Amino acid sequence: MSFIGFVIDAVYFLTAAVFIIGLKQMSSPVTAHRGIVWAGIAMVVASLATFGAPQVTLDIGNINLQLMLVAIIVGSSVAYISAKRVAMTDMPQMIAMYNGMGGGAAAAIAAVELVKLSAGGESHGLTIQVLAVLGAVIGAISFSGSAVAFAKLQGIMKKTLRLPLHQVINIGLFIAVCVFGYLVATSHSVSFEHVIIFFVLALILGVMVTLPIGGADMPVVISLFNALTGLAVAFEGFVLNNAAMIIAGTVVGSSGTLLTQLMAKAMNRPISNVLFSSFGSDGGAAAEEEVEGSMKEIQANDAAIMMAYGQKVIIVPGYGMAVAQAQHKLKEMGDLLEARGIDVKYAIHPVAGRMPGHMNVLLAEAGVDYDNILDLEEINPEFPTADVALVIGANDVVNPVARSNPDSPIYGMPILDADHAQNVIVIKRGKGAGFSGIENHLFYADNTQMLYGDGKKAVADLITGIKQL
Amino acid sequence: MIEGLPALYIFMLSAFTGYEVISRVPVILHTPLMSGSNFVHGIVLVGAMIVMGGAEGTLQLTIGFIAVAMAAGNAVGGYVATVRMLEMFQTKPKKEEGASS
Repeated sequence: MSFIGFVIDAVYFLTAAVFIIGLKQMSSPVTAHRGIVWAGIAMVVASLATFGAPQVTLDIGNINLQLMLVAIIVGSSVAYISAKRVAMTDMPQMIAMYNGMGGGAAAAIAAVELVKLSAGGESHGLTIQVLAVLGAVIGAISFSGSAVAFAKLQGIMKKTLRLPLHQVINIGLFIAVCVFGYLVATSHSVSFEHVIIFFVLALILGVMVTLPIGGADMPVVISLFNALTGLAVAFEGFVLNNAAMIIAGTVVGSSGTLLTQLMAKAMNRPISNVLFSSFGSDGGAAAEEEVEGSMKEIQANDAAIMMAYGQKVIIVPGYGMAVAQAQHKLKEMGDLLEARGIDVKYAIHPVAGRMPGHMNVLLAEAGVDYDNILDLEEINPEFPTADVALVIGANDVVNPVARSNPDSPIYGMPILDADHAQNVIVIKRGKGAGFSGIENHLFYADNTQMLYGDGKKAVADLITGIKQL
Repeated sequence: MIEGLPALYIFMLSAFTGYEVISRVPVILHTPLMSGSNFVHGIVLVGAMIVMGGAEGTLQLTIGFIAVAMAAGNAVGGYVATVRMLEMFQTKPKKEEGASS
């Protein structure tokens, strides 16, 4: 091995190590920022070192190098500008998009290798060919699936499309992908047509798998695609014999899988359920029971008085808060209440919003102290001592049906016990059922009052009300 | 060449590492963390560059171009998104100068 080759390998190895340390540092709010900066530096160094790799001709007259620089500049600037401009509420779909790009890149790497083989290139052995094909399938599915996830969350694609016999078609597609994957992976002289068909099928499969999944399940899906991309990168790392790709890809693959499990568990929806059935389609609606009581409306002024003369207020934000961009107003209101000596806490359900931690990010953006932002387990015992639970834009995560009715589709899902508070005020845009289409019994409870209106405006009204006191 | 059992060892140990590192992350950081791990697999850029460097002919070069552009997007986008999110958590310690937690 040449000296340069050794140096490059050493850089790759260190890069992988720094990535792991960086991820570790991201486990604490204090060191998290340092962690990502370290990882960023490692990425830059690894990329620069790659210009010295034997496959790369470091000659400015070389067309490959010229185009490579153009590609890096184009890809980087598009991503940089979009990531800088996007609003915090739209972050989930951006993560989906960048993740899809990574998956696409992994698939494209495999495509180049396979095209080389079909053009009579030398095979590096059966194992390598199989790994290339595996990485290609996973990467392609992650790419097209993430694109669909992006389109759905961005609102470009509104409906959840379910074809008749959707699962049967998917299984058929999956088998077809396997067959062509097998043909490509095991043949000595790879057919170019097979490679094309293989990739087209894999891309369609990614779209078909993601299409029927509803927006509520998207966080789980994005996390799953994130893990898959990691795995695809690891497989292509084996193909290219690149330690940084193998280690970083596998670490992301396993951590992403764990994160996906945590999320699915919080929603009480096995991953298989998320992927292969959509909410309400499994006869859950048939078990709908009559709701007792009626919804009581409250005016902002009365709600303001109720909170301002209490001792403790727990705010339960949900996706509706994100949509209404009400987090800054909410923080303002929290400050006003705190100035009156009231204990203000924020209760975050693990799957509130579109991703785990989505609410935390938005509240942090507004400047809410993260010591006051509490998890489900931490906050639930506190609800009985709260004078007011203010639910803003959350629905299913506070539905007591999840505790009481075994027939409900969300039965067993851990929920925030907002109904245990002395009074519950629910800020809601209209009277309709929530995202899942399940009636929320909390809204009909005796101690619940509804404050109708846009989240931001309703909170602004509350602020006015509190100030007048 | 990393092959056979050593390859499996690396795979297994990396998988455990990922599992362990993440299992201690508080819920509050889950979204930034997902974004951060999204950035980490942007290392695919290195592979894309290697493949594009060795590409021959228009087709391979085109696919290589797409690979490098997308990988660069993954890395840069993932980084900027993560930093933007984490920056929000940064101002806090200053505010708490008096009351240490």
